[in-house]
Amino acid sequence: MIELIKPGTNLDFVGKMKYAVFFSAALILISIGSVIYHGGLNPGIDFAGGSILQVKFSQNVSADQIRTALKDTKLHNSIIQQFGDKEFLIRTAESFSNQELIATNVEKPLTAAFGQNYEIRRIEVVGSKVGADFKRKALVAVILSWMAMLIYVGWRFEFRYALGGILALVHDVIITIGAVSIMNMEFTITILAALIFIIGFSINDTIVTLDRIRENVKLNLKKSLRDIINLSINQTLSRTVLTSLTVFLTVLALYLFGGAVIHDFAFALLVGVVIGTYSSIYIACTIVLLFENLRIAKTRKG
Amino acid sequence: MIQSLKIRVAIFLTVALGTVYFLIPTFVSDIPAPWDKYLPKEKIHLGLDLQGGTHLVLEIDTAKALETMLERMSTELKETLMDNKIHFRNLEKASGAAINLELTEAADKSAFENVLREHYPDLEIASTTAREGRQLVTLKINDRRAHELKKLTMEHSLETIRNRVDQFGITEPEIVPQGEDRILIQLPGIKDPERAKNLIGKTALLEFKLVDDEHSLEEALRGNIPEGDIIAYGLRSDRTTGERGSTPYLLKNKALLTGASLETAKVQISDRFGEPSVSLKFNSQGAADFERITGENVRKRLAIVLDGVVHSAPVIQERIAGGHAQITGNFTLDEARDLAIVLRAGALPAPVNILEERTVGPSLGSDSIRQGILATIIGSLFVVLFMIFYYRLSGAVADLALILNIFLVLGILAAFHATLTLPGIAGLLLTVGVAVDANILIFERIREELRTGKTIRLAVETGYSRAFLTIIDTHVTGMVAAAFLIMFGTGPIKGFAVTTIIGLLASLFTAIFVTRIIFDYVIWNFNIKKLSI
Repeated sequence: MIELIKPGTNLDFVGKMKYAVFFSAALILISIGSVIYHGGLNPGIDFAGGSILQVKFSQNVSADQIRTALKDTKLHNSIIQQFGDKEFLIRTAESFSNQELIATNVEKPLTAAFGQNYEIRRIEVVGSKVGADFKRKALVAVILSWMAMLIYVGWRFEFRYALGGILALVHDVIITIGAVSIMNMEFTITILAALIFIIGFSINDTIVTLDRIRENVKLNLKKSLRDIINLSINQTLSRTVLTSLTVFLTVLALYLFGGAVIHDFAFALLVGVVIGTYSSIYIACTIVLLFENLRIAKTRKG
Repeated sequence: MIQSLKIRVAIFLTVALGTVYFLIPTFVSDIPAPWDKYLPKEKIHLGLDLQGGTHLVLEIDTAKALETMLERMSTELKETLMDNKIHFRNLEKASGAAINLELTEAADKSAFENVLREHYPDLEIASTTAREGRQLVTLKINDRRAHELKKLTMEHSLETIRNRVDQFGITEPEIVPQGEDRILIQLPGIKDPERAKNLIGKTALLEFKLVDDEHSLEEALRGNIPEGDIIAYGLRSDRTTGERGSTPYLLKNKALLTGASLETAKVQISDRFGEPSVSLKFNSQGAADFERITGENVRKRLAIVLDGVVHSAPVIQERIAGGHAQITGNFTLDEARDLAIVLRAGALPAPVNILEERTVGPSLGSDSIRQGILATIIGSLFVVLFMIFYYRLSGAVADLALILNIFLVLGILAAFHATLTLPGIAGLLLTVGVAVDANILIFERIREELRTGKTIRLAVETGYSRAFLTIIDTHVTGMVAAAFLIMFGTGPIKGFAVTTIIGLLASLFTAIFVTRIIFDYVIWNFNIKKLSI
């Protein structure tokens, strides 16, 4: 039998929780710092409105060559970025939902500079109205999914457990957004989908651990909550690590082989899966314990 | 858990055969003759990001439809008031969907109110102010009617656009209303998105208006436009130089006939130059009107105006019976064909704006499919190998469930005509990672129970039952989270949400139900000393 974590392992997780709190606080500060440093999130056209053109060339060209070719057009201050092999994304705040605009600002100058050796493979145009709608919906979706998890875990377990679980989720979302911001990736609907998936995934590990805590509370009435939490984390540790590993492997495959279109999505998932696993062990349980200590302190006072 | 193995195996076989049944068209391109009658025809429906195509979100300018209606009402109101000998002046449509007028004699007030009640129940007096013996009145359309009109405009637009897209010949388009004034359109596999966009977005309001030759065009261009006239421009392109310019026309604003009176429109190629034109046939009422109008206006010019642009303004030579007319003017064959389509389908009741457009070329789509499949195979392989490495034979059982899970998801997608998108493929791969989670939970529990010295049979039973609720919890939270993504409505993300939800449901079946059958079968029928887990 191969065992990643030997039975009877008793690592002192609870003892290390104060370091974890500092570590998490640092990550959150870095995340928020990065978002502020970049002047807010870098919204993709889904949220900001604008146009994206994906152009594939049959020869080697550089972003600078494309920029030079487009310098006398409306695209002169567009963002040009490499996107896979010989492929580029041209992004602009203008709405290019009109063939004539594309013909004069993209096709003509590109043909003049590179001949017919290119192909426009994707055009996305989002009006500012739709962008504003998506922004509102994105915020609502994230907050509603937090609340839904809070209600579900609160209903299945207890409110103090649910609170720990939800704060861990907020923690995961902030740090994942931070990672996206540090990499200066665009914040798109796809990234949002990754965030929501992480909310649904990260709560899993938390639920499994919480479930075990509850079971052990019933079995060992005399033990302190601190010891029970530590015992429960150790008992579920191999499962937590194993399942995170399998999801991590699938996301890694997506990141490495899924192609440029899905690259940022896979990156956010990679970060989220790792942070979500860590927070289920350290953050969720710390908050449950903290909440319990507060309650005991209060009852003693009263 | 159902005790009888036979019943459980029967359930499993039903699901497995169902999956195969719905997946045959996707994996076998040519089904031989006697079988094709009994098998479904539908392949898995691929999203626009995989097969290429255009996604559009249109906004119907319903406010504009309201304004147009008020404009018409204000013209009618003038005539009605004159007929009723009510003294008024400065009657005009004001901004913000209102009509302003002045009643010059206070005594007319009650008569005016009577006229409104009798002939214009949709209008209500928003405000009146008395000034130097005159009454300044502002009229508005009442809210109920305005709401009704917006709804009608939306329905009418939807129908018109459906009609146009159908006639254009796009297979499996999706045209659905979204919210109060938006329409979402998906056009898969379209070759020329620009042409489709023009076809869908064109208002296509065809009007026949008389050219005002009594007043001077030059004078009008200087700003003195005679009462009841407008200036419209005609596009003209020089055949020899290719230069494009525009010619101004002074027209009587009143439309004598509109596209609503058409029965049909067809493309016609002229014999002499091989030039395409669009020939119109009026319905019987339209034909009678056309005959009367042409009869009354011989020697005058009749302008054919499409969306405010004059296409031609031929001189009426004689009364035209039979109800035929023709629109000419520098069309390409495609342009003529599209114009005929929009005229047949009718005009949009309000202008439309394109709010969102996403076009993916077929080459990018097929790249995405290739990469998506590659990532799925490699990702699944990682997990499959890991499970065998870590849990040995039990891992292999979980792997069987996992592979079944993938096909089951695809089968359900095919059966329910759901759409597979690139993020959907990612969702499928993610559910592979999550689905195996259920088995890990069960296996870890079984190992724990074995350590406490339980028999294999009891350990397996306890392992499954203890892990069951936790598995339900983890699946429900995943599904709830995914459900919040459906509201975004855009294809790829919705595809991700749908695939994830289906994947989690399927995983409940495969990871718990199917693996248990195998464990129970082996444990009940063979005397196993040691479980390979």
